Amino acid sequence: MTVPNLKQTAKPVKPKINWARIEEADNFAKTVKLFRQGKYDEDSFRRFRLQHGAYGTRMTNDYAMVRIKLPAGEIYPHQFEKISQLSEQYSIGSAHFTTRESVQLHWVILEDVSEILRSLAEVGMTSREACGNTIRNVMCSPMAGVCPDEEFDSTPYALATAKFFLRNPMSQGLPRKFKFTFTCCEKHGMARIVDVGLIPQIREIDGVPQKGFKIFLGGGLGNKSFVGHQLEEFTPEDDLLYTSIAVVRLFDRMGDRTNLARNRLRYLVNEMGWEKFQNLVLKERAVVRATQSVITRLKVDTTPSEIKRPIRITDESGESAPDGFARWLKTNTVKQKQSGYHSVFLTLEAGDITSNQLNAIAGIIRDFSAEGKARTGFVQNVAIRYVHEDDLSKMYSTLLEVGLAKSGALTMTAPIGCSGTTSCNLALTNSHRLAKEVQRKFLELKLDEDDDLSDSSIKISGCPNSCGQHGIATIGFFGGGGRVGKDMYANYQMSIGGRSDGDAMLGHTLLRVPAKRVIPVILKIIEIFKQNKKSDDTLKSWIHRIVSGNEDSEIKSVGDLKNILEPLTIPPTKDEDPDFYLDYGTDTSYHTKTGKGECAA
Amino acid sequence: MCCLTESNKITTDVDSLRSEIRDKSVRVIDVRRESDYKQDHISSAVNLPLAHLLSDDSPERVLTLVNSMGIDDETPVVVYDDTFGALASRVAWTLEYLGHNDVTLLETTYSHWKSLGLENDSTVPEIQKKEHSMKLQPDILATSDYLESVKTRDDVILIDNRERLNFLEQHIPGAISLPYRTLASNDKILRPKEDMKRLLNNRGITGDAEIITYCGSVGTLSGLAYYALKSAELHNAKLYVRSFKEWKKLEKPTEKQEDASYWDLSAE
Repeated sequence: MTVPNLKQTAKPVKPKINWARIEEADNFAKTVKLFRQGKYDEDSFRRFRLQHGAYGTRMTNDYAMVRIKLPAGEIYPHQFEKISQLSEQYSIGSAHFTTRESVQLHWVILEDVSEILRSLAEVGMTSREACGNTIRNVMCSPMAGVCPDEEFDSTPYALATAKFFLRNPMSQGLPRKFKFTFTCCEKHGMARIVDVGLIPQIREIDGVPQKGFKIFLGGGLGNKSFVGHQLEEFTPEDDLLYTSIAVVRLFDRMGDRTNLARNRLRYLVNEMGWEKFQNLVLKERAVVRATQSVITRLKVDTTPSEIKRPIRITDESGESAPDGFARWLKTNTVKQKQSGYHSVFLTLEAGDITSNQLNAIAGIIRDFSAEGKARTGFVQNVAIRYVHEDDLSKMYSTLLEVGLAKSGALTMTAPIGCSGTTSCNLALTNSHRLAKEVQRKFLELKLDEDDDLSDSSIKISGCPNSCGQHGIATIGFFGGGGRVGKDMYANYQMSIGGRSDGDAMLGHTLLRVPAKRVIPVILKIIEIFKQNKKSDDTLKSWIHRIVSGNEDSEIKSVGDLKNILEPLTIPPTKDEDPDFYLDYGTDTSYHTKTGKGECAA
Repeated sequence: MCCLTESNKITTDVDSLRSEIRDKSVRVIDVRRESDYKQDHISSAVNLPLAHLLSDDSPERVLTLVNSMGIDDETPVVVYDDTFGALASRVAWTLEYLGHNDVTLLETTYSHWKSLGLENDSTVPEIQKKEHSMKLQPDILATSDYLESVKTRDDVILIDNRERLNFLEQHIPGAISLPYRTLASNDKILRPKEDMKRLLNNRGITGDAEIITYCGSVGTLSGLAYYALKSAELHNAKLYVRSFKEWKKLEKPTEKQEDASYWDLSAE
């Protein structure tokens, strides 16, 4: 036996909040029937479908994608098991973790969606308001509660905010989607690239420590991306709900409901100007504070989770750690503020996971996590927290057996790839597969072990709409088509220097790189970096100096870098290299083909 | 007409089978491999490995096998496997096709039976040969020619029980996808009747139509679907027993989902 015999002696950890409503399953089934009978018009049906978390699928009306939202990213072992089962029954035997802490089941037959909703309700999960013009999944940093740099755990506030807005009439008919992200600290970031981003802060007020937030408004990634603005120095926790309601109400009232493509909060803020908007929010908040019933409150449950290390029955001590353990430990785990405990991040390929692996994770959480649950992360991944340091090598062995022990989760070798042409109507390229190709190649080259690269990121979108978050990547790509005469090829616009931390900024456009040249171009950048770096440079800090005009080596500007890379991007003729004209994952000639998007339904 | 249609009984529950075994009023068939059977099996069960049956499933050969298992026209038969009922279904269907009208599936798998601590041993029972009649039931069989002949009829529903990715990649034109995994519930090989009815009803699979099931190669997954339909009182069902393997070999037309790289979403 190589598997340690571990038993959780504590009772299974059950979720405190049931997000589901079983009657929504019946209602969905009925509505689909009416729609198929022509008794429901296309537009109303689409809005209804999206409100219930079922998104359209590339070039077909027969299939949907079901997005299961996990508020604050919290997910429990029996919920993993349920998703595993659902992926085999109604999807493609795999599920997909997103950048917004949700899980997606793709290629689901529309008529089966209600069965999924029913099954989700059995384990307290929902897909309600995971799509559509409403308040989407309320995210929280996967490190919240364990991050050494955080001032307090924002998780209870994220959960309470999610609970307040879910099914709330106030958020059912917004002009467009609306997103909240709670984080732990500046470094773990993401607060400035979302409609409402929140970083927990503690301030002394009249000698008393007071919990509150730094709130950023009007950020977001999309066809046009913006970095958010800080509302005020400090927002006390009592004002959190009032501020949230005020911003949602302003957006509801002032959003341009005719031009949906330009109607996220960030466009409103940009067109109006920050100061004017800021002023409106503060006034609106005063109105909200004065007019809401006193019982309208966030129900923040700060009872701490029970931390109980699963007890090992038999211990095979003396067994040496398996090969690859040190590399994995370095690139996939983070020390928590709680002494002796680590958070373990699982490396997935562009967020994809098999039904077997989902099942296995349930067991691994029960056997190794002292909090008995897991979190989904910001980068299409899963974090299993509260793993005791003495258990890490056993956990690694267990992960190896189910193909989940790949290294590099917290490094540049785990790129984000949106779903691309694997299922999305808007996609122009197979960004999903490209992310996997980059990952495979870079892990083979052991780039995950290179400390100079670990704080950089690669993010790939299949079109300009930023689901792959390319704008905040150290090296980002979004897909389009290139052409030589009559022949087309998959082509990516590359940008560099994006980041989402305390110095959040959007990447600078560099040049277009054909899909089949993306890997050599990134490797070339790394090579030039190595030649020019200063001793304590990382790729991220070096690129940051270049895009900010502060670099003094031979590569002084984005233009210098472009000149070196350009020769690598020249298309060969079709005779010289026919493979160049095929996108990843296909053996037929590349052509762009898109359907109608539903982000702005 | 066969008994399944008349009595409406598709599966036999664990308790009933135990009492029938005690009363010696049933023939239990274990369709797992011989080596597994020899290790242990439900007490009194005989072994008919599916591969052994499929090596020649002509009616004459099946009749010989049935006789040698001591089954005559009146013998109640219960079939089980350890593969969520799919192999057992294929054997049960074969008996039904021969004209045997009292065959059901054990409601659960052998592993589950064992995990409940129920009667099992390694004894191979002594069998008295019996004489079964041959009254073939062509109504429950679909052939490729038959499929061709009904392809324009809109009162015929063709169901593909393979996994979703396989269906997207290639399927018989007009088929709808109902992966075999949707049919079971927890430790039962088939969902409860009302659940099954709801699932099928949502998909437009209703009593007014003739329904044909198929899968990848030999009619196991689709055999299970055949019984799933019957459990939901959809009796007008046929099994395309040679399934997609034959369809492709005959170079009949197929359809696929175009314009999407769905395989790249798979984590396999």
